[in-house]
Amino acid sequence: METPVLIFKCVLVVALFIVSLLVAMYSTYAERKVAAFLQDRLGPNRAGVFGLLQPLADGVKMFMKEEIIPNVSNKTLFILGPCLAMITALMAGVLIPWGGNLEIAGHVFALQITDLNIGILYIFGVTSLGVYGIMIGGWASNNKYSLFGAIRASAQMVSYEIAMGLAIIALIMTTGTMSLSEIAHQQGSGYANIVYQPLGFLIFLICVFAELNRAPFDMPESESELVGGYHTEYSSMKLGFYLFAEYINMFISSAVLVTFYLGGYNFPFQAELNSMLGLSTNAATLLGTGVFFLKIFFFIFFFMWVRWTLPRFRYDQLMKLGWQSLIPISILNVLITGLVMWFTGKIN
Amino acid sequence: MTQYAFYFLAFVSILCALMVVFSKNPIHSVLYLVLTFFSIAGQYLLLNAQFLAVVHIVVYSGAIMVLFLFVLMLLNLNTEAEPQKSTWLKFAAVISGGLLLITFVASLKGSENMALVQKNPEIGLTANLGKILFNEFALPFEISSILLLSAMVGAVMLSQKEKEAKQ
Repeated sequence: METPVLIFKCVLVVALFIVSLLVAMYSTYAERKVAAFLQDRLGPNRAGVFGLLQPLADGVKMFMKEEIIPNVSNKTLFILGPCLAMITALMAGVLIPWGGNLEIAGHVFALQITDLNIGILYIFGVTSLGVYGIMIGGWASNNKYSLFGAIRASAQMVSYEIAMGLAIIALIMTTGTMSLSEIAHQQGSGYANIVYQPLGFLIFLICVFAELNRAPFDMPESESELVGGYHTEYSSMKLGFYLFAEYINMFISSAVLVTFYLGGYNFPFQAELNSMLGLSTNAATLLGTGVFFLKIFFFIFFFMWVRWTLPRFRYDQLMKLGWQSLIPISILNVLITGLVMWFTGKIN
Repeated sequence: MTQYAFYFLAFVSILCALMVVFSKNPIHSVLYLVLTFFSIAGQYLLLNAQFLAVVHIVVYSGAIMVLFLFVLMLLNLNTEAEPQKSTWLKFAAVISGGLLLITFVASLKGSENMALVQKNPEIGLTANLGKILFNEFALPFEISSILLLSAMVGAVMLSQKEKEAKQ
């Protein structure tokens, strides 16, 4: 790789890391504000203007708290758990195309850290690894409630991965590629994929809720029955890592969802708008990235909205929904997609 | 560069495979097995078999090993509760394992002269692999899928029977 490209990629990696952490930080603040709004309260408003310094205060609190490692726990695995949760949360971000091309000093750079031609499979693999952090942490705590949380998490994530994979298969069929930049690029000239895959989008969205362990699928940590679920025994920044990993996952999953189904960094009438305003390539790219982030923020808000609106599923309902509804529907979706593509002559 | 990567991955996979056997704690064994799978996936990548590498991780590390962990956590094995096998059984196991090793090594005999020729180095890419699987090898591919399906139906049947017996 040439030096300028290498430098640009390194800058992008660091930038993505910082942005992920920042978004996760302010997601915790947004979660509390959204919850307050939906419950007709004020929410955090003491630290700084509108309580904007609240995440900082929370972070300091997390670091200052006493760290307790239970005597009966498996120490190595107890420490490994939150680390794994954090690593797998950050891993999927490298493949997401955050925007079009940037032109800096005569070089053209794509606003994406790396583009694999097995991109979708990589993301699928990383999400399937996300369960290890929860399972290892829950088991190593040597606590009944943690173990219950870990077992629920693993069963839930393995179950919903199947429907998710089938929804992705239908998407691969219509797009004909597994590279994320190609998928985002295709949607710039045609319609967004949600037009071709409305059912697939719905299945994928539900599965993302389940993979994130967010309400109404937050069985692994359901605080009213399992104390805190898999992170019951955790304290200080280790607990912070688990909570943070969930918000980073939420950010990255929203980005994946938008890239797959809602046009990524593209927006309607972008070519017309860019030519009307006479924007340069760089300005158009940055505008696209801005729109991309707006879409992502909408989905983060959507996750919070659902969390504070719907009650939690019962465990048998969760399994029934996964195995008896979503998997048959997603198989049907693959079939219908295949048939429609056959009749419209997309495949021969 | 590729050669160094190969030696590193080979070292990691053999070390982790040995740790799977020698770990006292079954949960540690499973985690070492996951690492072994990762290093083998790395070997696939070196062979330019991207699809195989990722599917290997998704299926083995992401699903099967999670179920292994799941079962082990429910069993809650520890050194005190572990059933001790008799010495004779251990002896027999070592001998049969050694015999299996000899068979494997013997089957590799003569292969050192075989030149490793890849007809198409791009074969491991998803699109090419899919085309070959669904055109040239469509029948074996479908038959193996039926094999998997029958195993799945069998598992469902077994769990169903247990339910009826309980009632």
